[in-house]
Amino acid sequence: MKVGVVTFPGSNSDVDSLNALTVAGVDAVTLWHESPDMHGVSAVILPGGFAYGDYIRAGVIARFSPVMSSVKDFAATGGFVLGICNGFQVLAESGLVPGALLRNRSLRFAGRLVSIKPQRLDSPFTHLATGAALRVPVAHGEGCYYADEATLDELERAGQVLFRYVHEDGSPVTDPEDTANPNGSLRAIAGVCNSTGNVAGLMPHPERMSEGVLGNDGGMQIVRSLVESAAAWEKAGRPAPKAAKLEAGR
Amino acid sequence: MTTAQGGEPLHRALGITDFELDVIRQKLGREPNHTELAVFSVMWSEHCSYKSSKPLLKTLPTRGNGMMAGVGDNAGVVRIGDGLAVAFKIESHNHPSAVEPYQGAATGVGGILRDIFTMGARPIAVLDALRFGDPTDPHTRHLVDGIVRGVGGYGNCVGVPTVGGELVFDPSYQGNPLVNVMAIGLLEERMLILAEAPGPGNYVVLFGSTTGRDGIGGASVLASATFQDQDPSKRPAVQVGDPFAEKLLIEASLELIDRRLVVGIQDLGAGGISCATSESADKAGTGILLDLDAIPRREPGMAPWEVMISESQERMLATCLPENYAAVREVCERWGIPIALVGRVTTDGDIAIIEGGIGPDGGPNPGATEIARIPAAALTSDAIVHKRVATPPARRRAAPAPGLPLTAHDGLPERGMDPASVLAALLGSANLSSRRWVYEQYDSSVQSNTVEWPGHGAAVLRVKGTKKALVATTDGNQTVSVIDPFLGAQLSVAEATRNVSITGARPLGITNCLNYGNPERPEAFWQLQEAVRGMAEACLALSVPVTGGNVSLYNEYPGGAISPTPEIGVVGLLDDIATLIRPPFTTAGDSVMLIGKSVPGMAGSSYANLAGISAEDSPPSIDLAREAALQSFIREAIGRGLVASAQDVSGGGLAVALAECCMWSGLGAKLRLGVLGSPAIELFGEGPSRLVLSCRPRHAAALELLARQFGLDSCVLGTVGGERLRIELTGSGATGAAEERGSRVADALDVSVVDLRHVWDHGLARALGVEAGPADAGAPAASSNEGK
Repeated sequence: MKVGVVTFPGSNSDVDSLNALTVAGVDAVTLWHESPDMHGVSAVILPGGFAYGDYIRAGVIARFSPVMSSVKDFAATGGFVLGICNGFQVLAESGLVPGALLRNRSLRFAGRLVSIKPQRLDSPFTHLATGAALRVPVAHGEGCYYADEATLDELERAGQVLFRYVHEDGSPVTDPEDTANPNGSLRAIAGVCNSTGNVAGLMPHPERMSEGVLGNDGGMQIVRSLVESAAAWEKAGRPAPKAAKLEAGR
Repeated sequence: MTTAQGGEPLHRALGITDFELDVIRQKLGREPNHTELAVFSVMWSEHCSYKSSKPLLKTLPTRGNGMMAGVGDNAGVVRIGDGLAVAFKIESHNHPSAVEPYQGAATGVGGILRDIFTMGARPIAVLDALRFGDPTDPHTRHLVDGIVRGVGGYGNCVGVPTVGGELVFDPSYQGNPLVNVMAIGLLEERMLILAEAPGPGNYVVLFGSTTGRDGIGGASVLASATFQDQDPSKRPAVQVGDPFAEKLLIEASLELIDRRLVVGIQDLGAGGISCATSESADKAGTGILLDLDAIPRREPGMAPWEVMISESQERMLATCLPENYAAVREVCERWGIPIALVGRVTTDGDIAIIEGGIGPDGGPNPGATEIARIPAAALTSDAIVHKRVATPPARRRAAPAPGLPLTAHDGLPERGMDPASVLAALLGSANLSSRRWVYEQYDSSVQSNTVEWPGHGAAVLRVKGTKKALVATTDGNQTVSVIDPFLGAQLSVAEATRNVSITGARPLGITNCLNYGNPERPEAFWQLQEAVRGMAEACLALSVPVTGGNVSLYNEYPGGAISPTPEIGVVGLLDDIATLIRPPFTTAGDSVMLIGKSVPGMAGSSYANLAGISAEDSPPSIDLAREAALQSFIREAIGRGLVASAQDVSGGGLAVALAECCMWSGLGAKLRLGVLGSPAIELFGEGPSRLVLSCRPRHAAALELLARQFGLDSCVLGTVGGERLRIELTGSGATGAAEERGSRVADALDVSVVDLRHVWDHGLARALGVEAGPADAGAPAASSNEGK
């Protein structure tokens, strides 16, 4: 089984995803932005960075790249796609996950450790998580999660909010000005998934907390969840996604 | 003689003196034309030629074990074993950042990164050493905001973590901020490549961004002249950076080097294509025939001289065998990078610039015209050198001789001082408080190598695939340098290497950025001369080679000259990352030890600055042999597994060092400090060659013995634990202050660690006036590419 990491011109955190996949013991391959060839991968990571320089708006040019049309087809057939940081921005611009990422409320780049908590432990991206808060880096200027109130209500009802920023002790963050929420995301949302549950994006970098020597390896809970879900999907003969599979099934 | 607009002779308008023009005539054997003069003006600028500093820099110790490249190359390269090597270099971008803070700082990062990957190394870290004037001044705040955004905007986008650096405020930088950026790269030894153009007949290619009118005269206009107040007319001399283009350039260049498709490669920095061609040719003993028509332009109508000296960013010059050109082209095109075949390597040693194209035989097409012809050596290795006059200032203060009694100068307000209040004031001061507000605007974790994030001493990066780690720091002492530049340089080298040694790592070499004033002023040149002498002595004593560096002169503005600032960057190697020691205390119950002893002299200290002392006292002296012993001692002690934490005593003295060990761990300490002379000197003096460590109590005796073997003083101060930092002052020197306050018990410093942490945490934001919430909507945000 192989997991692909897309390299757009300007991707820079692809090395972190490749490193984390290597730590997970899985065969990682680079998917080049100009090629629609998916190399038979069982899952795809859209990594962090500044795809195409993030000119105009983060992620907006990347959505038109040849590789993204293949990624869309791959997702439609039930393949697992995880967008991290810039990858999340690309997914949101592509309409593969709901919502938008606005400039950080501080109007400054935010590069530091934050705490996030998986909001459900039965998703393909979190089923190996312990449920405790994870200490992982953020590194972005446009990470303020935004959707209108009705959409936010619907996301919560449907269980599509996968990660929230929390305090270091795991307690919830309610005020968007609270520094535990590094970008002012609405309802402290750090990551969401699509309605069929096979495409997810988050702003923090779990793949950078992949080894104890770097501080902790808690981020591997997310990476290993993805790898295991992809292996199971492959083993089951790549079943098509069930509509609204995640429907409030907590 | 060619004349510029307005009747001034052209050479003078370009910054070339009459004397220099005569030397140019001698070297060419004729009158130079306009294009040639423009090329000479940038290549003979102080920035490119080191014409004032070269004779001094030759005296630095530049040889060391495992060095693969050094002074004269784009960056120093030192082997670290396992077939790997580390490349590192520091460089200034002071004047561009003063004119246009965002782009000046951004292109400073871009330039130093190119120096690293030009050697075949992948950039893995950036450190930024920034210096400003009064933090409460609106213009300073504008500069701080723009420069920090610029460093982050470039480094974050290009995917190189910013892992450390410095932020210093000093009135002398009010009109002339310093932006010194250090970059570190990692390479396999086989990847090493030099900036040369070997092999006559080989193709010379230019790839990367197109050539425009931006940055014309950056080296000569901005970097090599005394600075007038924020002159907007100089803004066109500032380059504009595109980190996205640089990211592509890194990937393409490293692929070209990895696949051995190029035989030499050089980045286009100061002096643009003039500098890249002449240096590459001179180094290989060849010449280059350059076809101006082949150079891709950003705009029409550029004159030949503009093309030759443009400093448009994100460009590289490479030499390849003709049969490899198609493959080189394919790599660049795959990365979306424009590439052009612009010249041929020749045998005549000249940079010959033509219009009209190069024919199939490698010579100019029939009908082509020669625009300029200059011997490459005349622009680089044989460039003009000036003997400058050095004169010490009329009135100087010397460091007190070691062994003088430890009494502070009468001017110091130590009688009656409350040491806890002084400590809190120091920790909350603009220079000693947490730099979090700055480094949280940087990506410090990309590439998955960062072990020690910014904020707690030296940066630590693991080396993937090995047990090794690299430890890096920058330090520069301007407060002592302004009093005694020789001593200031020694202290800078000592502190920078000490910060690496206290982690257990061995310093591999130093890179230096010498920020000084106008070398045509004898006193400023004397400062530079003294600093080089001090740096050389310190490097010899500490057995660290100088692997490269950069000189930034003319750091003056109408309000005066900057305090001389020798910025020292060090990279150290830790063989086993499992042995890494950090500054914070680790375990309650551990013993706290002080190694080394204080020396008299408070001038230049944070305490003296806080107390508003007029500089009548002297700075502390340094005994380099003792410094070397201290660093050897701590590496040995760490290697033997005797040490739990180690922190050096520097800014703010022993009290601040102890407070940092406490704040960063959340652990208090109960200590007793013997004071014979002055409590101010013992607590807040910044005498060098001292460190604070903690250890299991059973190891204290072994450490004391080891210290004695290295000829060092040592004493157990007390024990880690509790929630307060308590330092009881004992001995004859302690009683004065207590008596004056009417107290009969011995004096003590006793303060809660949480309170210290609070003061330290908020000091910088308060000084800069950015504390009111994270949002700073009033800040200028006209710059692109800082978000993502």
